Amino acid sequence: MVFLQMLITVIYYCLIAYVAVILIWNLVKTRQWQHEVLYAIVLLPFVLRLLRLK
Amino acid sequence: MMADRNDSDVGSRLPLVRKLVLSSLGVLLLATSGVSFYRHRHLEETVVLSPGVTEVKRLSDYFDGVRGTINDCNLYFLEGQEPGATMLVMGGTHPEEPGGRLAAWLFAENAVMEQGRLIVVLSANRSATTVTRLGGAYPTDFVIPTDWGEQAFRMGDRWSNPLDQWPDPEVYIHDPSGQNLAYVDIRNLNRAWPGRPNGTLTERTTYALMELIRRERVDIVIDLHEAELQYPVISTIVAHDRGEELAAFVSMMLSDEEFNIGMEYSPKNLHGLSHREVGDYSDAVPLEFEAPEPFLDATRGRTTREQLLTGQDEFVMKAGEHGLLFERIDEHGWPIDVRVGRHTSAVLQTMESWTILNPDRPLSCRGVPRYAEVIEQGLGHWLHDPSQAPPGRVVIE
Repeated sequence: MVFLQMLITVIYYCLIAYVAVILIWNLVKTRQWQHEVLYAIVLLPFVLRLLRLK
Repeated sequence: MMADRNDSDVGSRLPLVRKLVLSSLGVLLLATSGVSFYRHRHLEETVVLSPGVTEVKRLSDYFDGVRGTINDCNLYFLEGQEPGATMLVMGGTHPEEPGGRLAAWLFAENAVMEQGRLIVVLSANRSATTVTRLGGAYPTDFVIPTDWGEQAFRMGDRWSNPLDQWPDPEVYIHDPSGQNLAYVDIRNLNRAWPGRPNGTLTERTTYALMELIRRERVDIVIDLHEAELQYPVISTIVAHDRGEELAAFVSMMLSDEEFNIGMEYSPKNLHGLSHREVGDYSDAVPLEFEAPEPFLDATRGRTTREQLLTGQDEFVMKAGEHGLLFERIDEHGWPIDVRVGRHTSAVLQTMESWTILNPDRPLSCRGVPRYAEVIEQGLGHWLHDPSQAPPGRVVIE
């Protein structure tokens, strides 16, 4: 149980990092300002989670 | 040609500038929220040790499985001048119930044991003191006015911080009973007794506390709580089978002399709670004290620091008018001084009643205010200034 929890947590953080990188990439590449705002806001909880602040 | 090229340069730079501005705003939001979350998790609470505190240990001294974790909490030992029984007082099982933590704080900062021994825990689930209910817009901290200024405390949650224990299962199967409980209660310290040495952080914490109880031969365990007024287990003592006589005695004395408090039996088939499992898995007599906290009521109004400390809430009062509450409430609310005073008196009365029932193993304590004194002078009067404390007598909780 505890080993599974640890494994899932590690996989989860890897996924969070992956999605965060994709969001940053899309923020750089997009040319629509609405999408830029969207990516900048959506990125916040992912970074907070990666930094283990929330 | 030159003018055209300049226009083109400006046009190509615009998206870059816009991205930089938006990213900066994002970083600003990130920093603002991040600093708030960081401060909550790392707010240092001071404990000025009472002259009666003879030793401060760590929970990991009793079970290595919590060493280095956030739940390796402090244990305050107050050895009496004369031998007697051993009592453990636990605050912070549910840190969203600050009355229990603060009452234990008054013992750690003021108690001097004359007979017997007292062990005080202020943060039984320290992880749960570093987070509030997700989506609940709870305050992250609160301050108590004192004679020397204000003392800040972390506001907490009922459950361990998901940063420290995650993920939750679909159903929490309690060990060793096998009883199915709500999934989130796998992070609830008061559903994780008696714990497992190889379990989750919350289970390892209760296992370590059980080891403390067994190895120190604790006679009485008191778990301090608060409850919403819409919950039937309120203003009461919940007692294990072996503590029924003691609890009835305490309830009778307090109701006669200070305030009304009931007494209830610990259900034999409801597992994971301290008042059941501590009694079943050790020789100690476990009691759980419940004081009213309108802040926890689902029908409350604004979830503010003021509401937390005054216990005043017109919406909870309205629920009372419709007969939906198990405890009375009026415009005076349930101030934190009243709630803490109930707990200090209940603990002191338990010592007195225990001593009458067990004269060969007495417990007596001085220096801690009872109900009327806490209300009259405010609990902050008994919180001491860390800057004036003797060297080595301040501990960070």
